[in-house]
Amino acid sequence: MVERRSLWGTLLPHLVLMAGVAVVAFPVYLAVVGSTHESAVIANGQMPLYPGGEAIDTYYRTLVIGPSRSTREPVAGMLLNSFLMAMIIAVGKIAISILSAYAVVYFRFPLRMAAFWTIFVTLMLPVEVRIYPTYKIVADLGLLDSMAGLTLPLIASATATLLFRQFFMTVPDELVEASKIDGAGPFRFFKDTLLPLSRTNMAALFVILFIYGWNQYLWPLLITTRDDMQTIVIGIKKMIVTSDALTEWQIVMATAVLAMLPPVLVVIGMQKLFVRGLVETEK
Amino acid sequence: MASVTLTDVRKVYHGGVEAVRGVSFEVADGSFCVLVGPSGCGKSTLLRMIAGLETISGGTVRIGERVVNAIEPADRDIAMVFQNYALYPHMSVYDNMAYGLRNRGTPKAEIDARVREAARILDVEPYLDRRPKALSGGQRQRVAMGRAIVRKPQVFLFDEPLSNLDAKLRVQMRVEIKRLQRSLGVTSIYVTHDQVEAMTLSDQLVVMNAGQVEQIGTPTELYRRPATRFVAGFLGSPAMNFIPAVLRDDGAVSVGERRVAVSAGAGGGRAGLPVELGIRPEDLRVAASAPGTLPLEIEFVEELGATQLIHGRIDGVAATVQVATGAAPTEGTLALAVEPAATHLFEPESGRRL
Repeated sequence: MVERRSLWGTLLPHLVLMAGVAVVAFPVYLAVVGSTHESAVIANGQMPLYPGGEAIDTYYRTLVIGPSRSTREPVAGMLLNSFLMAMIIAVGKIAISILSAYAVVYFRFPLRMAAFWTIFVTLMLPVEVRIYPTYKIVADLGLLDSMAGLTLPLIASATATLLFRQFFMTVPDELVEASKIDGAGPFRFFKDTLLPLSRTNMAALFVILFIYGWNQYLWPLLITTRDDMQTIVIGIKKMIVTSDALTEWQIVMATAVLAMLPPVLVVIGMQKLFVRGLVETEK
Repeated sequence: MASVTLTDVRKVYHGGVEAVRGVSFEVADGSFCVLVGPSGCGKSTLLRMIAGLETISGGTVRIGERVVNAIEPADRDIAMVFQNYALYPHMSVYDNMAYGLRNRGTPKAEIDARVREAARILDVEPYLDRRPKALSGGQRQRVAMGRAIVRKPQVFLFDEPLSNLDAKLRVQMRVEIKRLQRSLGVTSIYVTHDQVEAMTLSDQLVVMNAGQVEQIGTPTELYRRPATRFVAGFLGSPAMNFIPAVLRDDGAVSVGERRVAVSAGAGGGRAGLPVELGIRPEDLRVAASAPGTLPLEIEFVEELGATQLIHGRIDGVAATVQVATGAAPTEGTLALAVEPAATHLFEPESGRRL
């Protein structure tokens, strides 16, 4: 659609966009600025709009020492926990769902469709809905305060299974047949043909699932009690002291900034594959 | 090299649909056999059973001396070329051809030699590093054939390999397939619905209809002496004309009031039997109006360049005549004569040749 626009017609959409960007970016900017001032400055209610000079000190304390009172844990450990959790969830979800989709699409076994619909129905049962039974099982298995307890209940994924199933169904049957004639059994076909073809889909899913895992709040809150098992999203919340103690806002802000970084890096790093996975089918 | 022998092969799908109903024939070692028929006649199913991609419900398939019913496709010593090429999109042309050999544990040096040899034969050497996506339809077809050649199989199976190509390329690739098959001398079974492909490629032509074999023979045999009305109508372009007639006892038939002489001995002694008189468009000659000729009321004319197809009606039945361009008027009524030897008579009920 090519139209000749007046100056006003060009300007107005840009103004709207800029306003939108400001709404999104300003709080982030504020967090960055806040993390560079002394705690007293923010506590006095004089939130400045320009960066201060305490950045190095704040980030060092946040990462290595931790805030003095509330959680006592350095944020580096939380970052590691969050990273591990998000990675295990993303990779685990992809691995399990690609295998189950492979089974459902390419093998004829009794109750195949029943299995598929059972997986499908779990879409209606996210962790929040089944939180009590899930907690009970994890507790009975002795997985509280462990990485396994943190990730396992979140790994099964109907969405990803569905996505891979839809993709597999578009792969021409002749490829399977050609593989059979070429002497590739089910495993070889999966490894040599299906996996490389699913590369972009996996990348797109990885981005989505990594962020899903990183942002988990409710489940880690229930399952972790030890400070050294905390994830960063929970850590932020715990740093904000509501009683009469002083909240170290500059450290809260620094933690918030640090918590934003990994998802942003994942998105930036995998952007190209991500977009290709969503729009392109390489067959 | 090996022959392929089918004995009473059947395919019954779940729910009782019979796709192939007892097919038997033998493809001689090194010969080119074409399975032809309309869509849904079971020819592809039959090919896939030979390949091992479909289970065999009854009968036996033999490659050489070996019954292969229960043998995996990869161990049947066959190679298949698919309609949509079925190249692995994420592999280079080289890897596409080498994949089957690698799975078999062929030594690297030999794989390399075979792939390069096939690429040379098929003229795809410059594209070995490319992905299939970057190739044209014809080139992809060559790669698909290359993948079959490098295996050095006993039997080549082709499943409508040319139907995704444009008309010009199809003719060109047809010739190449024939030449390749001749030079390699590998037994080949080729499925198509295109009767021109079938006629030109085959040493042995198998016409199938509704899961059964209608007729087997050389292309010329089938063209000259079709055993059924179906084969007669299926082979040849434009298709044969069928005119209702009645048998007489003097070596002729009546078409309306007219007496048309037919090939000697056909259906003798059964005067009064209604039959279908089959005449190929190229066997009809324009003649002076005489008692033994058939009148064609011209409807329209198709120009083919060297020849013309004149479409019209004989006694209300649609008919076509092929004549040299300019050899006949293109309006009014034509009187058509036919050699008795060029006529075919079929029973209307069974469709069998008389």
